[in-house]
Amino acid sequence: MQVTFRIRRYNPEIPGKDKPYWQEFTLDNVDETDRVLELLHRIKWEQDGTLTLRRSCAHGVCGSDAMRINGVNRLACKVLVGTVKTAKVQVEPILGLPVEKDLLVDMEPFFAHYRSVMPFFVNDEPLPADGRERLQTQEDRERFDDTTKCILCASCTTSCPSFWANGQYVGPAAIVQAHRFIFDSRDRAASDRLKILADENGVWRCRTIFNCTPACPREIEVTRALGEVKLAIRKGSPEGIIKVTEITEKVVNS
Amino acid sequence: MSTQTHQFDAVIVGAGGAGLMAALYASKGGANVAVVSKLYPTRSHTGAAQGGIGAALGNKIGDDENADSPLFHAFDTVKGGDWLADQNAARVLAYEAVDAVIELEHMGLPFDRTPEGRISQRRFGGHTINFGEKLAYRACHAADRTGHMILQTLYQQCIKHNVRFFDEFHVVDQIMNHGKSAGVVAIELGTGEFHVFHAKAVLYASGGWGRCWQVTSNAHSMTGDGAAAVFRRGIPMQDMEFFQFHPTGIYKMGILITEGVRGEGGVLINGRGERFMEQYAPRVKDLASRDVVSRAIYTEVSEGRGIKGRNYVYLDIRPETVNRYFAEAGESKRIDAHYIEKKLPDILDFCRTYLGVDPAVEPIPIQPTAHYAMGGIPTNVEAEVVSDANWTVVPGLYAAGETACVSVHGANRLGTNSLVDLVVFGRRGGMNIAKYVQGADFVPLPANPEGEIKAEFERLRASKGKVKPYELRNEMQQVMNDKVGVFRTDTLMREAVDDIGALRDKYLTDLSIDDRGHKFNTDLLEAWELGNLLDLAQITALSAANRTESRGAHSREDHPKRDDANWMVHTLVFREGEGLYPATPSYTIDTEKKVDLSLVAEDQRFAAKERTY
Repeated sequence: MQVTFRIRRYNPEIPGKDKPYWQEFTLDNVDETDRVLELLHRIKWEQDGTLTLRRSCAHGVCGSDAMRINGVNRLACKVLVGTVKTAKVQVEPILGLPVEKDLLVDMEPFFAHYRSVMPFFVNDEPLPADGRERLQTQEDRERFDDTTKCILCASCTTSCPSFWANGQYVGPAAIVQAHRFIFDSRDRAASDRLKILADENGVWRCRTIFNCTPACPREIEVTRALGEVKLAIRKGSPEGIIKVTEITEKVVNS
Repeated sequence: MSTQTHQFDAVIVGAGGAGLMAALYASKGGANVAVVSKLYPTRSHTGAAQGGIGAALGNKIGDDENADSPLFHAFDTVKGGDWLADQNAARVLAYEAVDAVIELEHMGLPFDRTPEGRISQRRFGGHTINFGEKLAYRACHAADRTGHMILQTLYQQCIKHNVRFFDEFHVVDQIMNHGKSAGVVAIELGTGEFHVFHAKAVLYASGGWGRCWQVTSNAHSMTGDGAAAVFRRGIPMQDMEFFQFHPTGIYKMGILITEGVRGEGGVLINGRGERFMEQYAPRVKDLASRDVVSRAIYTEVSEGRGIKGRNYVYLDIRPETVNRYFAEAGESKRIDAHYIEKKLPDILDFCRTYLGVDPAVEPIPIQPTAHYAMGGIPTNVEAEVVSDANWTVVPGLYAAGETACVSVHGANRLGTNSLVDLVVFGRRGGMNIAKYVQGADFVPLPANPEGEIKAEFERLRASKGKVKPYELRNEMQQVMNDKVGVFRTDTLMREAVDDIGALRDKYLTDLSIDDRGHKFNTDLLEAWELGNLLDLAQITALSAANRTESRGAHSREDHPKRDDANWMVHTLVFREGEGLYPATPSYTIDTEKKVDLSLVAEDQRFAAKERTY
């Protein structure tokens, strides 16, 4: 089949192209199962080598190619063109981060927010005397499983109206990363992270708009994770906060 | 455009598992370290590793006491490598794996857990208890995103320890001065500026070159840049003929489906509905080593037993199938759809997204996919680069991970051992660098160290020929798939050497790119990467044609047997002559480097024998 792409372009080095503009490209011999990333590559390789984007793994695990496809944040490598049900496929850079060139944005503000939430394991207690692993129950491991999937693609953060309005907000991705440690039974710095996230640019900037959850290519329940962090701040600790599904199951089973 | 010069004790090239581990340990040891990577660290291909990291923890799994030992892991590694692995290296790998995995847990890595709260382990191809007696539970895993969790955990630790990163700086040249490493040249993607990194020590952890082939599990960025850079500066490449084809890539796309699927009980099925691996590996069946399984799939397909007669087979993880074979084998374990969902969530996601197939109810169409370079930059077990068959160390130069060839994987790498390699030899590299830089001085930079590479980039940027890089890349990938693939012959490999040579000529004389700019010029960088792939593809074909035997991943129809009398040696390929891109490079091949057999000297069970599974 034939597919037309409508792509947001910008190249600060070329006079005439140094203001954002739209450009259309048409591709023939497209299969419904072609990934949007493959087709962007075809445009770059066959028609216009200046088209600029990031990509690496091409199967949804490295997090390089988040972009707005028909107005929704997606990884270009996880969208099959046959699932895009419009006459044209519209592709733009993710919103809320400065555009550097075409679909490529400055990721530094995003990673600065990530680094600000102590996104690393803290436990200075003595290691097990037998020289082996710390023990953790399967239930305790399951508690934070969802947020370990995050690949830092920025799809959630750049879909968030609160982040668009205020770039100082750490954004959902950073909070997801903090959640992964706050709810890890082995970690000992939950209170420090909760203090950071209780800051004016922390989790209370979240207005529960839910854009982040459908934006996540890893199907992390982002809004829920943010809600759990809010609860932990109110309670002063993550202790005893259980997942909403578990409550639902308890109600259903009782 | 100006060039900036930086000075560090150590520069780590690449920010995957090996690079981050090296950076952590070099920093902890007091060295002033910079990590220079063309990707943001979390984009590195370590993150795509799925099934697990092998370590003989011997954690009890279900009813199985799993009485494992590093000695067994060392043996499986040697046998998996078809006796080409250096046995001193295999010993280091297996014994240090235990401590390395425990250390990852202490860094917070969220491994899955056993009911006792210990690290959960699963079966994997070629990993056995007691020299092949039965399958071992050795692969420590975090669902099917173990590599992702290793990459994240190591990056987190680097942030914790304030490691300095130069993200999206692409290393394009190695600076040598009278046989010693003096640093590297990198191009900053955001500005196109060149940067000289003057360093006492350089460690390459820049990954493999799976993009030489058409069907590959590898990221677009796996273009062998580090290996190609040091090769152009006189360092040989070792055992390039050994490139692993993973048996289970998604049909046509090549996306990896972890061996963990078979570790959890999945089976391969041909067009007649038969579990064909029973014919090829009667004892461990679908969990034979990867080269064996990939050849079996090719054989089934070429004899007309692919699915619908086409060039793929099925991987079946449906609970009813798996449980039927568990029952047949007398095993008590049973699985259900929920279990698959918890243990293999990403695999399910890939299949649903890319194939529209739900593996809990339908089998997965798969074909072998180019996956992993066993060969690479030769090093000793200290991660020091060596420049000849006499193990002569290149002062200040180190390598670890896929880009290196220790050689711990020999002729075929076992599943999970890539991740072990990263952490074990990345750590060793980091520790050794910390020691080295304390006693070493900076090697003086030669005059105008970036001049030659800058000129090459300006040539590419201004190129106005008739051929686009993608056309050459497609042709190269086709040649490598057809002529330097799973089964090989002398005629085809010699043709490949010439074909790649012809493509290389066009690359040098008739290339054209569109983007003449400096800022994020990915058009230019892709052209540069193509040059790396062409150089590595050519010496892969050359090394392969030279080895007149079949061993591990190198399988020749014209020399179908392993030849231990003549070929218990590593291949070293050198490029002669001056200049970065000579028009007609001349190569020499050295086969004097003998395989280390130190384990055989202690234990006869390590002696080479016929390899059956």
